[in-house]
Amino acid sequence: MKIIVCVKRTPDTTTQIRVKPDKSGIEQDIEWILNPYDELAVEEALKLKEKNGGIVTAISLDPDANNSVLRRCLAMGVDEACLLKGGKNYDSYSVAKLLADEIKQREYNLVLFGKQAIDDDNYQVPSMVATLLDVPWVSVVTKVEVNGDSVCATRQIEGGEEIMETKFPCVISCQRGLNEPRYPSLKGIMLAKKKEIPVKEIASLPESVAVTGHEAPSPRPPGRIVGEGSGAVKELVRLLKEEAKVL
Amino acid sequence: MSYLTFIEQRNSQVKKSSLEALSVASKIAKSEGAPSNAVLVGKDIKGNFDTLYKFGADSVFYKDDAKLEFYNPVIYRDLVVNAVRKTNPKRVFFSATSMGKDLAPAVSCRFEATVIGDCTEYKESSGKIIWKRPVYAGKCYILLCGNKNPEFVTLRPNVFNAVEQASSNKSEVEIDFDIGSVNPKIQVKEIRVQQKGRPELTEASIIVSAGRGLKGPEHFSLRDQLADVLGAAIGTSRAVVDAGWRPYSEQVGQTGKTVSPNLYIAIGLSGAIQHLAGMTSSKVIVAINKDKDAPIFKIANYGIIGDAFEVIPALIEEFKRVLGK
Ligand SMILES: Cc1cc2nc3c(=O)[nH]c(=O)nc-3n(C[C@H](O)[C@H](O)[C@H](O)COP(=O)(O)OP(=O)(O)OC[C@H]3O[C@@H](n4cnc5c(N)ncnc54)[C@H](O)[C@@H]3O)c2cc1C
Ligand SMILES: Nc1ncnc2c1ncn2[C@@H]1O[C@H](COP(=O)(O)O)[C@@H](O)[C@H]1O
Repeated sequence: MKIIVCVKRTPDTTTQIRVKPDKSGIEQDIEWILNPYDELAVEEALKLKEKNGGIVTAISLDPDANNSVLRRCLAMGVDEACLLKGGKNYDSYSVAKLLADEIKQREYNLVLFGKQAIDDDNYQVPSMVATLLDVPWVSVVTKVEVNGDSVCATRQIEGGEEIMETKFPCVISCQRGLNEPRYPSLKGIMLAKKKEIPVKEIASLPESVAVTGHEAPSPRPPGRIVGEGSGAVKELVRLLKEEAKVL
Repeated sequence: MSYLTFIEQRNSQVKKSSLEALSVASKIAKSEGAPSNAVLVGKDIKGNFDTLYKFGADSVFYKDDAKLEFYNPVIYRDLVVNAVRKTNPKRVFFSATSMGKDLAPAVSCRFEATVIGDCTEYKESSGKIIWKRPVYAGKCYILLCGNKNPEFVTLRPNVFNAVEQASSNKSEVEIDFDIGSVNPKIQVKEIRVQQKGRPELTEASIIVSAGRGLKGPEHFSLRDQLADVLGAAIGTSRAVVDAGWRPYSEQVGQTGKTVSPNLYIAIGLSGAIQHLAGMTSSKVIVAINKDKDAPIFKIANYGIIGDAFEVIPALIEEFKRVLGK
């Protein structure tokens, strides 16, 4: 079984995001991590490989050619990694097109993604790559069952789930609940350090959207303590009704 | 140049969030003197046409077929792509629901376009529209505009109002596309509905959320009772989900659901940055916590310092009294 996992570097979730003074983007002096949803995709790939045999390849597209998240994937147990240098951070279509072009040159049964990258929260690359590869896809998946060539994937929707049936080759995007990602072992980390990560430089594509600025969220009004204990409940409910008018 | 809005239905009923998207599309279309069209696919859907006209649709492009009862990403994509090609719109709108977020990029990529996704505001500026959308789970906003046609936009549910407006023409056009010619390679086997009778987190106007302060899974019925009095959705923190007390589908935050209700009641929740990221765009936030220094109080409009086990029952009583229940 050949599995490809697409992974992205995103700011750590504990990061305070600060907008640059010229509003062109965010300050970059922050901690970066492997996108938490992509970690689920890596874990799922490794589990499927452990069960069915095969090979797992991680691909990351990074304008700065930073390979830290691919190192982490290797340390978790991924067999090989490929770094694509290029692309623009924001433009999902060009990210998807560049990834799909790379994937097309490889053999695969399954391509795994995170459901969204927690930076731009775009939620677009998996359905786009599937469409560009002309294969079926299931996004926001919390359970995957593989039986020979058949795949049964549970997808989370508003107030419930859809169980989808399809066949390899296909694309799946991963949602929390699917698995618990492993921590890299010491041995894995040592092995990963020795592995080479090939870098492919690729040309960028014209942009289909223009970013015109960034804004910090408007500050919330300072909090107000209504009172202590159940004695404050009457006043709180009155404020919600008469002042905030939300009841 | 026209406008097109994808209308989502469940059980043959159009969703309110699609009417919100249609209203925005129709308003912009009408200000430009352009037609506002809708595309609706499903089974037994014709009863919805009048509703779409009421919210400004001039023509409805539809496909009514038993095979379209459930969402099939491949067939739905091909049908919508067909409607886009036929109507050649300037902008195409979707609501940023589970289906909209899945479908819009699959359609847009056939037109080599990125989706401007999950927008919460827009502004017209010299013939262009500048869209505003949250990024980093709401820790920051990005401003964007499309630079080619069609431009693909999804709108966050519950942010824009569904507004009735005049429509002309009022015609239905069946999409001329043979579903049988597509090999979908995928199908829905089953749909499982959870928590019947309670609104879904991302669609609710009131949310009651409780964290580790509730001490154990057996106490979450208190949260649920409060939610039931208010007709609210129920939420929780990741700490609670990780402890296995509540399912992941209830998690609010950066790695859970992003919500923006009118009222968010946070009980026994410390207000970790990842939790705040998912809910700070709520209109009014109430915090109940026994620790007066809990970070949640910094962003709460109203706070009560106190023990959840004392305050929740009192809240239930008071809400019942005020709401006449
Ligand atoms: C990668 C990553 C992603 C994350 N994503 C999310 C996310 O999406 N959503 C999320 O919520 N968290 C997320 N977290 C976790 C987050 O950092 C916090 O650990 C979590 O939000 C804390 O949950 P809590 O407020 O329920 O618990 P705690 O932080 O333990 O807070 C409990 C609160 O209850 C109060 N309390 C205790 N007893 C009572 C009582 N009897 N009455 C009233 N108050 C009481 C305490 O004073 C305290 O403030 C993430 C963390 C990481 C590392
Ligand atoms: N630059 C990238 N390199 C590799 N994979 C990516 C990249 N951007 C997005 N992805 C994948 O696509 C998923 C969804 O991202 P997005 O559509 O940007 O929210 C992510 O979880 C990754 O699996």
